[in-house]
Amino acid sequence: MAQATRKKPFVTEADTAVEARTIAQSHFRTLRLGTPFQPRIDALGLKQDWYNWAGYRAPHSLWDEELEYFAIRSQAALFDISPMTKYRIEGPDAEAYLDRITLRDVTRLEPGRVHYTAWCDDEGFVLDDGTLFRLSPTRFRLCSQERHLPWLLDSGIGYEVSVEEETEAVAGLALQGPTSFAVLRDAGFAGVERLKVFDLAEFAHDDATVTISRTGFTGDLGYELFVPADKALSLWDRLMAAGELRGIRAIGYTALNRARLEAGLIIANADFATAEHAIRTDRLRMPDEIGLGFMVDPQKGHFNGRRAILEARAKKKLRHVLVGLEIEGNIPAEHAIVYYRRSQEVGLVSAAMWSPMAKRNIAIASLQRPYGDTIVDDFWVEIYAMRELQYQKLMKRAKVVQRPFIKLDRRTANPPADF
Amino acid sequence: MTSSETNWDAIVIGGGHNGLVAAATLAKSGRKVLLLEAGSDVGGAARTEEFAPGFRVSAVAHLLNRLHPDVLKTLELGRHGLNVERSDFVPSVALSKGGPLVLHGAYGEVLTGASPSEQSAWKALRAQLLRYAAVLKPFLSRRPPELAGLSLAEMTGLGQTALALKRLGKEDMRDFLRVLLMNVNDLLDEQLSDDRLKGLLAFDATLGSHLGPRSPTSLLGLYYRLAGEIGGLAGAQIQPKGGMGAVIAAIRAAAEKAGVSIRPATPVAKVIIEKGRAVGVVTQGGETMRARTVVSAINPATTILDLVGPREVDTGFVRKVKNIRMKGDAAKLHLALDRPPQFTGVDAAGHKGRLVIAPSPDHVERAFNPSKYGEFSREPVMEITLPSLVDPALAPAGACVLSAVVQYAPYALREGWTAGKPQFLEAILAQLETYAPGIGATVRHAELLTPIDIEARYRMPGGHWHHGELQADQMLISRPVSGWSGYDTPLEGLFLAGAGSHPGGGISGAPGLNAARRIIAMRG
Repeated sequence: MAQATRKKPFVTEADTAVEARTIAQSHFRTLRLGTPFQPRIDALGLKQDWYNWAGYRAPHSLWDEELEYFAIRSQAALFDISPMTKYRIEGPDAEAYLDRITLRDVTRLEPGRVHYTAWCDDEGFVLDDGTLFRLSPTRFRLCSQERHLPWLLDSGIGYEVSVEEETEAVAGLALQGPTSFAVLRDAGFAGVERLKVFDLAEFAHDDATVTISRTGFTGDLGYELFVPADKALSLWDRLMAAGELRGIRAIGYTALNRARLEAGLIIANADFATAEHAIRTDRLRMPDEIGLGFMVDPQKGHFNGRRAILEARAKKKLRHVLVGLEIEGNIPAEHAIVYYRRSQEVGLVSAAMWSPMAKRNIAIASLQRPYGDTIVDDFWVEIYAMRELQYQKLMKRAKVVQRPFIKLDRRTANPPADF
Repeated sequence: MTSSETNWDAIVIGGGHNGLVAAATLAKSGRKVLLLEAGSDVGGAARTEEFAPGFRVSAVAHLLNRLHPDVLKTLELGRHGLNVERSDFVPSVALSKGGPLVLHGAYGEVLTGASPSEQSAWKALRAQLLRYAAVLKPFLSRRPPELAGLSLAEMTGLGQTALALKRLGKEDMRDFLRVLLMNVNDLLDEQLSDDRLKGLLAFDATLGSHLGPRSPTSLLGLYYRLAGEIGGLAGAQIQPKGGMGAVIAAIRAAAEKAGVSIRPATPVAKVIIEKGRAVGVVTQGGETMRARTVVSAINPATTILDLVGPREVDTGFVRKVKNIRMKGDAAKLHLALDRPPQFTGVDAAGHKGRLVIAPSPDHVERAFNPSKYGEFSREPVMEITLPSLVDPALAPAGACVLSAVVQYAPYALREGWTAGKPQFLEAILAQLETYAPGIGATVRHAELLTPIDIEARYRMPGGHWHHGELQADQMLISRPVSGWSGYDTPLEGLFLAGAGSHPGGGISGAPGLNAARRIIAMRG
């Protein structure tokens, strides 16, 4: 907060000018921006446990990590996704433009649908992953972890398309959990039951429009809502009121991070280094090296990185692979080194937890091929368990398993169940 | 849309001299080659053209000083009418109000008009410049080294360069590395004292680039010039009889002998890309032609952004291509004169040579300064030739042709060239009048080609004859863009073969030859 630190006996014109300049330059006093939901979140943030999400003040946890996690799995959890970078991409060439930037075939993404995709640089290294919302035949919203405006603008050379960042203008909420559908219905969003997984539709809210999609980052039944920033608080209140008897709770990132790991989903700059952030050349990753190879569509038109990706495949130049691991015991193997035959270092765990849903000790790890690719046995992880100021070194057997680690029928059930 | 039945091994886009060299070399390897030229005749900026009734002149390039010996040999240009004798060499004359100074033979084997101490200083400097240029020379006829995955041949090539460096000896090698990226002005100040000589060298180092003599790295331009040779001698220059068009005629004859089909007046609209591979072209007339290999000997940016289109390549590559600096800074002047001019103090042999108005490095620097701010030089520097003195057939009897490359004429002139051109012409003629009194009264017709005109007439974006500034950051492994300097492109089957590729512009044929060699090596 800005505070006056000196007394001013009288005001001169020069002082006024200095004052005006000080105010104009006082942006740095706000260490982290607030999102449009900040008044509500601040009121609930009993733990004052904040982190920096793309420059915004976002909660790790609001009141209790465990209970917040179980709100996702047993009730309805409300998570503020406003800091997520959002681009509005519009124009007659928007489809062709996005088809050239991203890996998946955008011509097959129908209006009213969403898909998870990723995009690469010329060398085929992943710049980011994100979700692409097709709002109309010629209008899209691209959501991502990192900022990409210069890249997106330069990619527009030769296309009739406009690209605009709308991160600040559009507020976002994720409403996830078994009762999320019932909350929306009770909040009066008539027709929301018709949304299948990856569908989106527009609904009226407070003289404006809210875009609701049946998407999420939890592997559970859930929705994401996008609304103009000035309607954010009324949307929050509407959901909270409707969800009171359905156990709706605001949650922080720690809980969400657990849910996403159970769902086997990866996070840029946590499970892999994005191409523009990686400093060391061996940290760069191609889609095939982080489990996103399925997105690559060699049959569609040209897309960024195509040549490099296909060449790496043909010449067997892929060096890493991302795998799901199931580890014996119940101690999370967070950032543990993975060994082959207990001695040879072959990779690193990027995320790990004891999964209450799967009742298994799970992890996502990045391994050096051929380990995890053709050699999939005899892996071990080295866990340092801190026991009263002493590390106990555990060598635990790890098994490569399929992701997701949990599969919930309610996520895809149609119509969505009324819990 | 019609489709021609024939399928070609290679289609070469652009019949400039590099396109012709590439086509001829590919045809000699047994390939069926089609060359498509947009203009009514091949030759590009090396044509000989009539600019006034009875007056003909070399279009842009008017001196032959770097046609690569490998091109001469590979295409047997001697058998097609191109022979260079030592007696064809013409001198360089540094014009000055205090009397001229002349570099005879191959870039001043003998210097006249200077003091004895300056002559011996020049002898030492010349030897040093040629020694250092010789280290760089082998790069001209090779692909730039590929940083990732050096082949054995490339490794050997680099090894030879290392050896050449070592052969210089320790002191010389150190000095080579010290001066490599220096500005030409500082080097000249170290070793010479005659402003006329320094002015000439400063002009030569910066000719055709957006640099002044005090701009860092400007010495490289001089090395580039001296790495070239003609008649077996580095730095030599000739005025070809019949103008530069005669050189084109010889290369064209070699191409046709090798079986190249040449189609003029056939501008290409599009390179056809299928699954990341170039498979042919569509002409502006709507005709489709298919080939195993497409070779573009036109501007690299035009090739990628217009013919291929940004949609077929990656964003990063488009960025790089768009960032190639290629705004020309030189104009070309053609004068039809009633009679040969008389440059003060210059003898008959000098008039047949290259006459340079660049009386001091300061003068060149001051001429350069305005161009940084979008203005032309009020006192321009220039190199002048009188081609009809060497080949009287280029002008009506008794009359004379004057051809001059004039700097600095920024492509993006702030006031616009429509308004600026008459003023610039006036400034040039005033300069000429100073050195050749009375010349203004004999001008029957004047044609001034600004970079805008050169761009439109010769399809050179920016009006830049190197098709991309020839500076350290756009040379060798960074030409035309980093990562793609070896004539191939991200599109399989599409190659670049023009001056925009390594080593650069000038009538050398080296990019065309190197590209063809690359294609042959790749079995493309």
